[in-house]
Amino acid sequence: MSTDTAVHGDHDHHDHTPSPYSLTRWLFTTNHKDIGTLYLLWSLAMFFIGGAMALVIRAELWQPGLQIVDPYFFNQMTTNHALVMIFGAVMPAWTGFANWMVPMMIGAPDMALPRLNNWSFWILPFAFAMLLSTLFMPGGGPAGGWTMYPPLMLQTGMAFPFVIFAIHFMGLSSIMGAINVIATILNMRAPGMTLMKMPLFVWTWLITAFLLIAVMPVLAGAVTMLLTDKYFGTSFFNAAGGGDPVMFQHIFWFFGHPEVYILILPAFGIISSIIPTFARKPLFGYSSMVYATASIAFLSFIVWAHHMFTVGMPLAGELFFMYSTMLIAVPTGVKVFNWVSTMWKGAMTFETPMLFALAFVILFTIGGFSGLMLAIAPADFQYHDTYFVVAHFHYVLVPGAVFAIMAGVYYWLPKWTGHMYDEKLGKLHFWLSVIGVNVLFFPQHFLGLAGMPRRIPDYALQFTEFNMISTVGAFVFGFSQLLFAYVVIKTMISGQQATDQVWEGAEGLEWTLSSPPPYHSFETAPDVK
Amino acid sequence: MVSFSPRLGAAGMGVGAWLMSVPALADWQLNMPEGVTSLSQKAYDLHMLIFWICVVIGVVVFGVMFYSIYHHRKDKGAVAAQFHESTVLEFVWTLIPLLILVGMAIPATRTLVAMEDHADAELTIKATGYQWRWKYDYLDHDFSFFSTMSTPWEQINNAMEKGEDYLLEVDNHMVVPVDTKLRILTTAADVIHSWWVPDLGWKRDAIPGFINENWTLIEEPGIYRGQCAELCGRGHGFMPIVVEAVSQENYRAWVANMKAAQMAGNPTATVATR
Repeated sequence: MSTDTAVHGDHDHHDHTPSPYSLTRWLFTTNHKDIGTLYLLWSLAMFFIGGAMALVIRAELWQPGLQIVDPYFFNQMTTNHALVMIFGAVMPAWTGFANWMVPMMIGAPDMALPRLNNWSFWILPFAFAMLLSTLFMPGGGPAGGWTMYPPLMLQTGMAFPFVIFAIHFMGLSSIMGAINVIATILNMRAPGMTLMKMPLFVWTWLITAFLLIAVMPVLAGAVTMLLTDKYFGTSFFNAAGGGDPVMFQHIFWFFGHPEVYILILPAFGIISSIIPTFARKPLFGYSSMVYATASIAFLSFIVWAHHMFTVGMPLAGELFFMYSTMLIAVPTGVKVFNWVSTMWKGAMTFETPMLFALAFVILFTIGGFSGLMLAIAPADFQYHDTYFVVAHFHYVLVPGAVFAIMAGVYYWLPKWTGHMYDEKLGKLHFWLSVIGVNVLFFPQHFLGLAGMPRRIPDYALQFTEFNMISTVGAFVFGFSQLLFAYVVIKTMISGQQATDQVWEGAEGLEWTLSSPPPYHSFETAPDVK
Repeated sequence: MVSFSPRLGAAGMGVGAWLMSVPALADWQLNMPEGVTSLSQKAYDLHMLIFWICVVIGVVVFGVMFYSIYHHRKDKGAVAAQFHESTVLEFVWTLIPLLILVGMAIPATRTLVAMEDHADAELTIKATGYQWRWKYDYLDHDFSFFSTMSTPWEQINNAMEKGEDYLLEVDNHMVVPVDTKLRILTTAADVIHSWWVPDLGWKRDAIPGFINENWTLIEEPGIYRGQCAELCGRGHGFMPIVVEAVSQENYRAWVANMKAAQMAGNPTATVATR
């Protein structure tokens, strides 16, 4: 396609950037920026679909009694909200960032495997069309939770094989994306860009990619066993046939725990890029950041059963998983301390990306604290499957991963589009989001501690007040995101011309390129000192 | 800078008053209940210990961060230092959290060992989860009954005013004696459920084909309410658990009545216990 017309030595990129209005450009593109853009726009669209499902949930929970939806549809909403947000919004956002930024950060012209790159994106619309279509099938969509525990999941109707197939597709897409990232990072670095000189975003993505390759096949295995249990008479998870329903949970969480780090490690990388820029000071403890990330990735493989302390494990198992889970606090703490030390004695300014990054550090840490509390097995017997858990993982995923995505978008949008975004609107979006998200999720800690189980469509009267507050927060947070979409689209179309450097304190290869950067990032490899 | 608007204040108070008046049980409970057993007390103590540790760490870390945000800003004329590593610091802030964790692990381990000590139970009750109700088998007395939510659907569908124990009331209570070590076995007949009464201090999954063993010892007579805690389908929110702890005498009377009723062919008859 476009690569055929590239003329070496011609640095006027406008000459061979194909028209954005040509459908085939987007369908057949092998360009890392085009594919990055597709991923990011896809993620934004899914963020709104998953968010709409969350608003259905919160609207039903506004007050006791059933008002809006049937309990079974409520369960479909919780299940699909999670699947859409995890596999449709957050993971594709990270792959979008990797596509845009990894080649520009390591001094490469493009990703190593461009055709694979195209394929890994274009699988997603089919996967999600299949998943979301199940909501309109007789019997409805999946309603057994995103964790798909049998035997409940086996009660799914006609939607069942479509869900399994969709998950296979999503896994395939993620694995191909991960292979591409690893191949690019290991083979296409500019001369002088040693591993320990790579920006932390590249490091965290490299480690994330290995996690993806390790665990997505495990998920594929688990859901395939579900499929054969339902249709081919096997009894992997059926005690009556010699199987064990708890074995599914072990396999699922062997995937599931590394998966939650897949959702957060690239966020660590982005925050580690943004804080030094706006503190005008180098990142504190670069190498300890790399080692901490690797330690977290290693630990993620040996903590899975803390998601299932209540299934009835032997004492030794409970103790092992409690200790290993508590250990995660150490490398995570190192990261937070390093970020704070980077700010210390800096010269900080507070543009929108920095605001989101600071909110990330505080709110992610709060999510980390509740994670540490959940690690204490005897207390977890009380916390487990309550709104305390819901509050915990939303704190690490929304003001955690999602805020990091937004920070990254504001940070690099001027580079990507060549236009500055509207700083006033960006800050307004930040304040609405940060207030909304806390009003939404903080009261859920109280609900969980007071005894409200998760995944219930109706609740006892003593939970009313905090549910109402939470619902108000949900609508504030949800509708504020329309402002985000508006700011992004506005910046894509128009705005003040951005400089190459964009931010006064920005350092790294991506800032040496023009804004917007040439279609093929580095046609000649830069020299890295 | 911000002027207080009386209208906004009045509106705020109005919303507040309305929030207080809507539900029958406005108690704004913030924390975990201490419960009525030694295990629930231990879980609560651990919860508060780890909570305060987190609060202290949070105050220190966020304190340093906000100090820095306030003082080290460019518009105050701060000039960025260029230091970027310190092996001593890195060592210290790896070691200190590690020590805190070890300190935390010791009481947690002790509690966990106590929770798993099922020995010497005096009475065994098997709780079986069904979609969507519980069945209680009193294995020592050879009788059993189902316990189903008794909240009328008119209340759930907002056709009738909601009662005080909305969604937390059942037709047949699980009656147990106080001051008796109870072995509670959990299992299920269809999908996975989870048996949870917060005041007893734990929940345990009820898994089809497997039996989990737990124990409790209630000292205070009373009615303790809980809910199924594992997603189990459409009726997951509607299968509450009600444990009624009574004196040993009353318990013996209740057992006698239950056996008589069972004999008379009415296995689910409820018997007044007070």
